[in-house]
Amino acid sequence: MASEIDTGAAQRGPGSVLLLVATRKGAWLYHSDATRQHWRVEGPHFLGHIINHLVLDPRDGRTLLAAAKTGHLGPTVFRSTDLGRSWQEAARPPAFAPAPEGQVGRSVDHTFWLTPGHADQPGVWYAGTSPQGLFRSEDGGVSWAPFSPINDDPQYRKWMGTVQDGTPDGPKLHSIIVDPRDADHLYFAMSGGGVHESGDGGRSFQALLGGIDVVEGFDGSDPTFHDPHCVRLCPTNPDRLYQQNHCGIYRLDRPSDTWQRIGRAMPAEVGDIGFPMVVHPRDANAVWVFPMDGTSVWPRTSPDGKPAVYGTRDGGESWQRLDAGLPAEQAWWTVKRQAMTADSADPVGLYFGTTSGELWMSGDEGRQWTRIAAHLPEIYAVEVAMGVEGAS
Amino acid sequence: MKVLIPSALRSYTEQAYAEAGGDTLAAVLAELDRSYPGIRFRMIDEQNRIRPHIRFFVDGEQVFDLARRLDGVQELVIVQALSGG
Repeated sequence: MASEIDTGAAQRGPGSVLLLVATRKGAWLYHSDATRQHWRVEGPHFLGHIINHLVLDPRDGRTLLAAAKTGHLGPTVFRSTDLGRSWQEAARPPAFAPAPEGQVGRSVDHTFWLTPGHADQPGVWYAGTSPQGLFRSEDGGVSWAPFSPINDDPQYRKWMGTVQDGTPDGPKLHSIIVDPRDADHLYFAMSGGGVHESGDGGRSFQALLGGIDVVEGFDGSDPTFHDPHCVRLCPTNPDRLYQQNHCGIYRLDRPSDTWQRIGRAMPAEVGDIGFPMVVHPRDANAVWVFPMDGTSVWPRTSPDGKPAVYGTRDGGESWQRLDAGLPAEQAWWTVKRQAMTADSADPVGLYFGTTSGELWMSGDEGRQWTRIAAHLPEIYAVEVAMGVEGAS
Repeated sequence: MKVLIPSALRSYTEQAYAEAGGDTLAAVLAELDRSYPGIRFRMIDEQNRIRPHIRFFVDGEQVFDLARRLDGVQELVIVQALSGG
């Protein structure tokens, strides 16, 4: 087991690195300088709240949004415009439209995913919820409204299924992606319900299912049976998407609408099941995944108790095991879909948080791993921001 | 009337008791929300359903109907039942 990094001597400066860690029991911020050697912890924020996502607005470098609820109170969104020194609750959190008389309406159980809008649309944010809903804010997260017809569209509602069809803690809408070239070009994914694309700013969406496997015995042409776990767009090639799915790892090169199962090149004993998907900030051929045990009853642990990141440098033609510094055996944690990310430094820093509350990083693109923190609650999401003024 | 606020919601009121009036439970909760914005949505969902684990007692009687009239009621107690881990 690697020793923990010194957490007492983080430096100030423009090269600062800020980790935003969302957990089942609150949120923590970890600050470092450009060396990424020393980390200063700040928190907890919202102790006892379930924080599914904590995201910094890259357009202003100041605004943080936190998707929060407790085990007993309704969901909300908190926002800070001073990097977490103070928080204000959203005036109107994501909520479905009231149901017409005589019909049973849905209610948001929790906001699961937050995506800042296009660089040319300051103040715009998107949120994905459980059960599946798509919401938008135009005022920096203060007020939210249902976005696009999908929340109440009968066809989409059928594809979304019910709570019974969803993941153990509720079916989710996630992986909301805004094309950096075109604010009207959007993607989102639903577990379950498949990946969907809009070219008209969300007025209409089309399913993007070609080439994706589904569980044996189900109809692959029906979005109901698709379970994308995480979808990412390559910053340097927005025509390329990667997807970690319930049934494998995929790559899609537009304008094609057929995904290629690049996970078939993974070692058979590890498989290509997992949740997170991380893309390199400058190399569209480089991505990382964190495989988990998806056999038999789906233990959702590291395969054989031996956690490892796998990375590819050739778009998924081949994969390398990256486990130096990680526990060699008897480590039964895994990494959730929002809990792994990459910074934009050179070499790229990789970060992940575990279901057992450990925070790990690699400063050399996965070759060597070091533990930043242990004993946190179950980690739901890890995001990173670089060069945030006043962050450290 | 006096409204006893459960500990999980005192981040809104910063005190155990609040004052709110209204003819019905819904009206009292609406006034409470005007005084403490956001507090109602933590208890009542967007379909006007009382959230799980939230209970309302008026002068000692549990009430499940937001339209329930509160004529002459002295105290509303909001209970947030704790369970789970």
